[in-house]
Amino acid sequence: MTSASRPNKPVLSLHVPEPPRRPGEAPDFSGLILAEAGAVARPPVHAPAETLRDLPWTLIRVLDGQGRAVGPWNPGLDPETLTAGLKAMILTRTFDERMYRAQRQGKTSFYMKCTGEEAIACAQAGVLRREDMGFPTYRQQGLLIARGYPLVDMMHQIYSNAADPIKGRQLPIMYSSRAYGFFTISGNLGTQLPQAVGWAMASAYSGDDKIASAWIGDGATAEGDFHQALTFASVYRAPVLLNIVNNQWAISSFAGIAGAENTTFAAKGLAYGLPSLRVDGNDFLAVHAATAWAAERARSNLGATLIEFFTYRAAQHSTSDDPARYRPGDEAALWPLGDPIQRLKAHMIHEGIWSDGDHQSAEHEAQEAVRAAAREAEAVGTLGQSKVSSRTLFEDVFAQPDWRLRRQRQQLGV
Amino acid sequence: MNMIQALNSALDVMLERDPKVLIFGQDVGYFGGVFRVTDGLQARHGLTRCFDAPITEGGIVGAAIGMGAYGLRPVVEIQFADYIYPAYDQIVSEAAKLRYRSAGQFTAPLTVRSPYGGGIFGGQTHSQSPESLFTHIAGLKVVIPSNPHDAKGLLIAAIEDDDPVIFLEPKRIYNGPFEGWRDRPVSSWAGHPQAEVPEGYYAIPLGQAAIARGGEAVTVLAYGTMVHVALAAAAHCGIDAEVIDLRTLVPLDIETITESVRKTGRCVIVHEAPLTSGFGAELSALVQERCFYHLEAPIVRVTGWDTPYPHALEWDYFPGPERVAEALRHALSGEAV
Repeated sequence: MTSASRPNKPVLSLHVPEPPRRPGEAPDFSGLILAEAGAVARPPVHAPAETLRDLPWTLIRVLDGQGRAVGPWNPGLDPETLTAGLKAMILTRTFDERMYRAQRQGKTSFYMKCTGEEAIACAQAGVLRREDMGFPTYRQQGLLIARGYPLVDMMHQIYSNAADPIKGRQLPIMYSSRAYGFFTISGNLGTQLPQAVGWAMASAYSGDDKIASAWIGDGATAEGDFHQALTFASVYRAPVLLNIVNNQWAISSFAGIAGAENTTFAAKGLAYGLPSLRVDGNDFLAVHAATAWAAERARSNLGATLIEFFTYRAAQHSTSDDPARYRPGDEAALWPLGDPIQRLKAHMIHEGIWSDGDHQSAEHEAQEAVRAAAREAEAVGTLGQSKVSSRTLFEDVFAQPDWRLRRQRQQLGV
Repeated sequence: MNMIQALNSALDVMLERDPKVLIFGQDVGYFGGVFRVTDGLQARHGLTRCFDAPITEGGIVGAAIGMGAYGLRPVVEIQFADYIYPAYDQIVSEAAKLRYRSAGQFTAPLTVRSPYGGGIFGGQTHSQSPESLFTHIAGLKVVIPSNPHDAKGLLIAAIEDDDPVIFLEPKRIYNGPFEGWRDRPVSSWAGHPQAEVPEGYYAIPLGQAAIARGGEAVTVLAYGTMVHVALAAAAHCGIDAEVIDLRTLVPLDIETITESVRKTGRCVIVHEAPLTSGFGAELSALVQERCFYHLEAPIVRVTGWDTPYPHALEWDYFPGPERVAEALRHALSGEAV
């Protein structure tokens, strides 16, 4: 190309985002948009969306570095709620560790931990009602655990054994429980978002009082489903919470590959006219408060809220992943927003309602509960040792099987 | 009634009967749909029973799945079947699989209506016949009516069905039973026996074919517009064909098909969709498996070509009565293609 063809213009260059640091380098968190605990104002829930446009550009935090709960977003939770929340997070982490080991021992094919993200599901489980419907991803196991769903049933699902509530149909951790307000998890990313909006629209259409809540990862916000869902949620003012769990990593792609270099994920709600919060996802109290604010809006017929929970995926994406190959090894340990369990623990100790001894007891209790559930599940069988009858292969394709399915079942000889 | 009025009547009846039924889609609300199928329904039943949706087919079907999971019976319109592909993931990975993957905890009893097929000079984006993309998917039912009476009864059955139904409406015959002659006047449904449509509720069970014309010489398997083309072809060449209108592709009425082919010993399969991996391939395999020793000639398929649907050359693409008649003669002669 001649210079005459591009007067006064630089040569075009393609930009491909790269994370600030790679393995072997010191983590760099200088680009993060953070805020002091207590610094963000809490508007009334009926505040019009156009008055809330600053919220996606800051970070709602309640717990400060000294374990104090500060500022207008402090939900002022009672000791019982705090204790239940902390225990749910401890149990979730303990469960994850046990099932991760079970996968390594060959007891199942696959597992995904939510380490570092426990506050999100465990706090939200207490704000949403069981009659509401959650449309989770595979990293919201804390919803089930915080609601007291039987750990042994989760394990039966993970082991795909004869007692699996969903008959061995799904990959491990793709739970489903209508009774616990937990929609069947899809392995296809983002599809649950428009479904949650539709569920919420159905509730509004029916004059019901239930709301829906959906979760999506930072990476999957690039899917069309995310934008379809925000469009529908905005247009029909659906009573739904749309939660983005920004844990910084989509397998090996950092959030910049999903657009985080140029905006925040919360800010994506602005163009849809949706109130959009950006929240410290490792702060149990901030998660609780933001969720309660959004849920109250939804229940008041004020429509949908988008919430970005800013957190960090401390574990590998799944048992098939090795983060040491693409990110600094100590990034999780140095994450400036800390660990959700340690932060809530410090707060409760500061408040004088918890002690190191209590914490050790809670950890011990969690281990015992997980161990007992594992014994029970493994007595039924781990992956391959036990499974549902082959006849069930042909069930639930339709409400009533057609002649093809009846014939094919005969061909399989079951 | 013409087919549009019959479909409108079905929706009207179901909105009246069941508060869990609601309708949404592009332009279906105040305006009543680009083909007028939802005309007047919003005014009669209210804003929330029949309303406009944004231009996001994935969002439309995704939201309908959530509504179905809640317990409603949504009926959504995808304005043209050619526009259904952005919703394909929601249909295939979600609607079709919910019951199975949740062991029956969650289901998606939704009906996806969509005008399909060519013959209207719609070019490649307003003419396609994507039925085999759905018949291939476990968990979906696929319905294609060929006349106003069936359209109403089948749509009511689809809405009442507890599983997701893809309801494809042959738009070429919305206003009349098109026989496929490019150079002859088009007839209307007026006076046609199958345009006699009762006002009230009636359902035609899914999975039952109809014999559009009884005959002894050769069995023709067709659906949608091509039923009328096949009838015209039989009349044109004077062959005593038995024309079977499948009406639903899934579940398929295999018994009616088998019985007819065993009687005639010959089979011609007609569809407008392209040949390769079309639903005719499945029909051909089934007929061969079940009727091999009754067949006196190779099974013949008459289909659209394996090309995109053209605009200027639409009549070169459309498998009209002359091509079908040629196939009938071929089946009678018994020669291999």
